[in-house]
Amino acid sequence: MLKFLLRRGGTMLLTALCLTFVVFFLTNLPPNLEKLAKSEASVRMSDADVASWIERNGYGRPILVRYGEWLGVVPGWTNTEADGRLRGRCVDRAPVPAEAPAYCGLLQGYWGFSTFFKAPVGDKLGYHLGLTGILMFWVMMLMVPASLLIGVLAGMREGSRTDRVLSTFSITTTATPEYVSGVVFIVFLASPAGFQLFKGSAASAMDGPTFENFFLPVLTIALYGIGYIARMTRASMTEVMTAQYIRTARLKGLSFGAIVLRHALRNALIAPFTVIMLQFPWLLNGVVIVETLFNYKGFGWTLVQAAGNNDIELLLACSVVAVFVVLVTQLISDVGYVFLNPRIRIA
Amino acid sequence: MTDPAPHPAAEPGTAAAPILEIENLSISFFTRLREIPAVMDFSCTVMPGEAMGLVGESGCGKSTVALAVMRDLGKNGRIVGGRIRFKGRDLTTLGDTELRDIRGKEIAMIYQEPMASLNPAMKVGRQLMEVPMIHEGIGAAEARARALEVVSDVRLPDPARILNAYPHQLSGGQQQRIVIAMALMSKPALLILDEPTTALDVTVEAAVVDLVKDLGRKYGTSMLFISHNLGLVLEVCDRICVMYSGEAVETGAVSDVFDRMRHPYTQALFRSIPLPGADKTTRPLVAIPGNFPLPHERPQGCNFGPRCDHFVAGRCDAADVPMFEVPGQDRHATRCLRFAEIDWSAPAKAARAGEKVPVGDVVLRMDDLRKYYEVSGGLFGGGARKVVKANETLSFEAREGETLAIVGESGCGKSTFAKVLMGLETATSGRILLYNQEIQDTPIEKRSPETVGSVQMVFQNPFDTLNPSMTVGRQIIRALEVFGEGRTDAEREARMLELLDLVKLPREFATRMPRQLSGGQKQRVGIARAFAGGAKIVVADEPVSALDVSVQAAVTDLLMEIQRKNRTTLLFISHDLSIVRYLSDRVMVMYLGHVVEIGSTDQVFSPPYHPYTEALLSAVPIADTHVRKKRIVLEGEIPSAMNPPPGCPFQTRCRWKHEVAGGLCEREVPPMRTLAPGHQIKCHLPAAVLAGMEPVITIAAE
Ligand SMILES: Nc1ncnc2c1ncn2[C@@H]1O[C@H](COP(=O)(O)OP(=O)(O)O)[C@@H](O)[C@H]1O
Ligand code: SF4
Ligand code: SF4
Ligand SMILES: [Mg+2]
Repeated sequence: MLKFLLRRGGTMLLTALCLTFVVFFLTNLPPNLEKLAKSEASVRMSDADVASWIERNGYGRPILVRYGEWLGVVPGWTNTEADGRLRGRCVDRAPVPAEAPAYCGLLQGYWGFSTFFKAPVGDKLGYHLGLTGILMFWVMMLMVPASLLIGVLAGMREGSRTDRVLSTFSITTTATPEYVSGVVFIVFLASPAGFQLFKGSAASAMDGPTFENFFLPVLTIALYGIGYIARMTRASMTEVMTAQYIRTARLKGLSFGAIVLRHALRNALIAPFTVIMLQFPWLLNGVVIVETLFNYKGFGWTLVQAAGNNDIELLLACSVVAVFVVLVTQLISDVGYVFLNPRIRIA
Repeated sequence: MTDPAPHPAAEPGTAAAPILEIENLSISFFTRLREIPAVMDFSCTVMPGEAMGLVGESGCGKSTVALAVMRDLGKNGRIVGGRIRFKGRDLTTLGDTELRDIRGKEIAMIYQEPMASLNPAMKVGRQLMEVPMIHEGIGAAEARARALEVVSDVRLPDPARILNAYPHQLSGGQQQRIVIAMALMSKPALLILDEPTTALDVTVEAAVVDLVKDLGRKYGTSMLFISHNLGLVLEVCDRICVMYSGEAVETGAVSDVFDRMRHPYTQALFRSIPLPGADKTTRPLVAIPGNFPLPHERPQGCNFGPRCDHFVAGRCDAADVPMFEVPGQDRHATRCLRFAEIDWSAPAKAARAGEKVPVGDVVLRMDDLRKYYEVSGGLFGGGARKVVKANETLSFEAREGETLAIVGESGCGKSTFAKVLMGLETATSGRILLYNQEIQDTPIEKRSPETVGSVQMVFQNPFDTLNPSMTVGRQIIRALEVFGEGRTDAEREARMLELLDLVKLPREFATRMPRQLSGGQKQRVGIARAFAGGAKIVVADEPVSALDVSVQAAVTDLLMEIQRKNRTTLLFISHDLSIVRYLSDRVMVMYLGHVVEIGSTDQVFSPPYHPYTEALLSAVPIADTHVRKKRIVLEGEIPSAMNPPPGCPFQTRCRWKHEVAGGLCEREVPPMRTLAPGHQIKCHLPAAVLAGMEPVITIAAE
């Protein structure tokens, strides 16, 4: 097991490096840099000025070297200005420029400087990620039990009325994108036009989430996943219900409830478990839309701001987080699969 | 055979009430297209302690009857007529709660795939304990004690460890024992076994059957034993019911039905299976002509009419045939109008005796062939690499026109050997000489078309080897192209039609798709393809074991006939010793990658035997009441080829080991010894012990 984890860890690291490099490359394409130069210095710069600005601010070095800087394996750039002031990637990391470290990158815990927040990325990202963490926690709390329940109920008697009703529901919810369901909820449940049961903005939830201000964003994200996971669970459940060992259980004289709970459930949950974990990355998608819609300043909102404001370092940091989430959930899903399924639990 | 003594309670004349009484049962499945009458007018009675055998070809409705008794026909199945009375209660009208009380407690059922019948995610112990806990309301501790007791009753070693195992950690034989144990947990009055041993190896099957018989006696359980194997029914059952196309056609005591059958189908069935005494040249098998009718295509009148030798137009096809009592015998009945008129002792007609093929030169020689596989340990890549010795020092030769049978249980290396010969794998060491040309290191893609065409294979499962989206004719033409046969398309087309003639398929089959063919017909296409390149050597890997008995005879016959015509060397891989004895000239017995015995068919089938051959012979069920068999039950499991025992490969299960002095069997692999010209065995047993061996099978005088 340990060996497996180590090997998986290695592959994950390699994947992460490749992916972040791709993102790094894309965010640092010349047009982006030009835009950055114009927004940081002056909009009316000549092309020559832009080039010199890029050069002076360390953006002119070869892409691989710069990627190394960002990772923290290549010394940060330094530049002595015409006025004798020392400037560089790492200079502001210490009170006196002379004491500044040579390296400052991910490895040193430095995520770069956000031009949008006007603060180091690391300081801000943590706070916004935390907010999204709370949102995701409640999404999971709603989505997992609801979808499993729906899937199991629908799948245990294939073709029954319960099955047809629940399946229709699941298909409808997966087919409805978050920006539609979110708007519909706000109109019908949180505006004077409908029932004003909830708040249409989750801004106040950042300080203290309550049912009233938080339920709608949670529901909007969860609904999409509920339909998807419920359908997977249903497929898995119907397959299990036709297995021979379910017949064995029936012919032992077990009641239907006992068959479902004791014999079918665990086997039926093996496949959806993987899906649930793989849903995480997808949920990030919903997070972006929902956080913007409900004005909740979490990770998705940050990502939107970073992209909108051409904040290269912030965008990079967000990508790293996303890549990390994808890879870790995949690892958890593999390990969990092995634990749920005794057939492949090998010493 | 062993001891067909009826159970005490089954003695005729006792006025005990029957356990199970099925009266005029009719069952249909309802599909969108039509109603499928799967079982019609089926009646049978099982007395306390009696074992009733239900035989018939696949699709004749055996399982449907069993599931109807359990009232588990699924959503689209329904009982449309008749009664099923269990201990006097009519099961067809019971409600859900009452049914649950009967299932598992009063009636238990075991079916074919043991692995699939056990919940993969639940420990064996819990699956066993569940039964008495729901039916008798006893606590977990008591249930566990009961489970331990029953697991030792089914002769599994180390019951405590087994209770803590998951099903996948047990072998197929062990799993089937657990399924049996589960059925016996609440000591049911009736046990239904639906082909319980079909998925198991012969020696394992023999042990399981032995167990079922003993337990039936010990617990006084009545049994409904479903099988397509008449030999097994003879070993296990007191009474038998033969089914054909949804109907019971003959029922009676086993000895009456086997020796004094009164239905043409029963007789045809017995004539199509290789019993001792049958011989491919002097007494060939007689296949039943035609095909089994599908439920919605049944003929008017007698269902067996179109295939019956005694058919009389106007009588047999007039109206549905009822069951007739055969007078003077114990509850013997037949669904044949003419049973009193037919001369039942008349010999089978049209048994064309073929002439014996003279054996020619050596065409294939294997010298000390070895094939090892390297496998990595577990899923997570942990564990050292292991070597599987699939074939160890294989040496033999095969001659033109000869049939060499290769016999052994699963995992003994039969299929590996075939793969190496075909070039699908290359040998680890040793030589294969095909017409004095070394081919052991030449994979199939490097072989010349003639070499590929001259060594061909017929596979066990005709369903998997045909391309489902290509017509039969096209597939054969493809094979001709691959082997470089024929210069023009027209030539190949003509050759394809000839091949269809050769395998006795109508020429219009060329345009059919594989799914439109029956199993036997598909196997014929497989054979046609194998012979497309003028094959000189054909490896037939269990070519008939997936087919029904009545079709087996026809396909075997066909293979023999083509062999006679083309002087092909046939390497016939099989675990079925009856068919091997019937058609092969020489036999090679394999165990754990070793050839343990090789010789002519007579030499191998009569003493002195290799101890493994002896056990194998004893394990094969034979459907003949005159045959007396010595019972040798092999205990233990076949060791894994990854971890073979030291010394003789068979030493872990050998009952003769103590006759060899000084524990030699555990230390040294025995050398190949020549006992008689052409007869070799790999065993340390002293000559005197070998000479004293008794025959396993004897045929009592009629
Ligand atoms: N669920 C089903 N739906 C439709 N037809 C079925 C179903 N189960 C069995 N049959 C049909 O009933 C007949 C008897 O099948 P079965 O009892 O399984 O035969 P056996 O056990 O003797 O092989 C076959 O023709 C089969 O195709
Ligand atoms: S009733 Fe006629 S067709 Fe049917 S088995 Fe008897 S003789 Fe043959
Ligand atoms: S060598 Fe020994 S163990 Fe092996 S078969 Fe002969 S007697 Fe049995
Ligand atoms: Mg069946």
